[in-house]
Amino acid sequence: MHFEYKIEGGDFTRAGNASSQVKRTLKQLNVDPKVIKRVVVALYEGEVNIVAHAYHGEIHIDIDTEKIKMTLIDKGPGIPNIEQAMEMGFSTATPEVREMGFGAGMGLPNIKKNSDKFRIESEVGVGTKLFIEVYINQ
Amino acid sequence: MRLKDVAEMLEGNVVYGLEQIEKEVEFAFASDLMSDVLTLQKDNVILLTGLANVQALRTAEMSDISCIVFVRNKKVNEDMLKLGKESGIVLIECPCSMFKASGVLFNNGLKPIF
Repeated sequence: MHFEYKIEGGDFTRAGNASSQVKRTLKQLNVDPKVIKRVVVALYEGEVNIVAHAYHGEIHIDIDTEKIKMTLIDKGPGIPNIEQAMEMGFSTATPEVREMGFGAGMGLPNIKKNSDKFRIESEVGVGTKLFIEVYINQ
Repeated sequence: MRLKDVAEMLEGNVVYGLEQIEKEVEFAFASDLMSDVLTLQKDNVILLTGLANVQALRTAEMSDISCIVFVRNKKVNEDMLKLGKESGIVLIECPCSMFKASGVLFNNGLKPIF
């Protein structure tokens, strides 16, 4: 199964819609609730990152019998230092993002923690790509 | 502890979810920072927060949190109510500060996560 979602930067009222729809789909597929929680927490953190930092982005979800694969691609400022961005507590979030309850520099580390496979690529001035996999049977 | 007891102890107003009010909960977490809430691993948790916006609802939905208590007299708006209904999350408004609400629930047996 393949799903795609378009995400608009700055649109906090809609942030989480894609993650919510993925959660519903996984529930219908009777995936273990613990696995669903890891998937949707990682996805929601990624979705919020696109809304908070990028101009726009896309989320691609592929579900097979073994894993849930999530690819998040954004057009945005990119991350100059990925190692630093992965550190707990490092954040470049604006005050507006912090007012929404985010921007504490915990998103990327939490995505990694909830993933079985995690990879990040970023180019300054172009955008960021996240590749996340969560295994269904573990 | 039942959600009904939570609402009564905090003199709370149950804005949505009366049909789930007999549900038992074991843990509570108090935070205005949704990034912190998203790191929680436990189930059967209620969230106490002063962050009254749709992202509090989304965060609860992703974290399998079945009830949010909005402290400091924060109000549930229409968008929040709509999301609460969609995801089946009990929404309670209460006049207490976060400190008082946490203290009352802790003293009556609701457990901290850590």
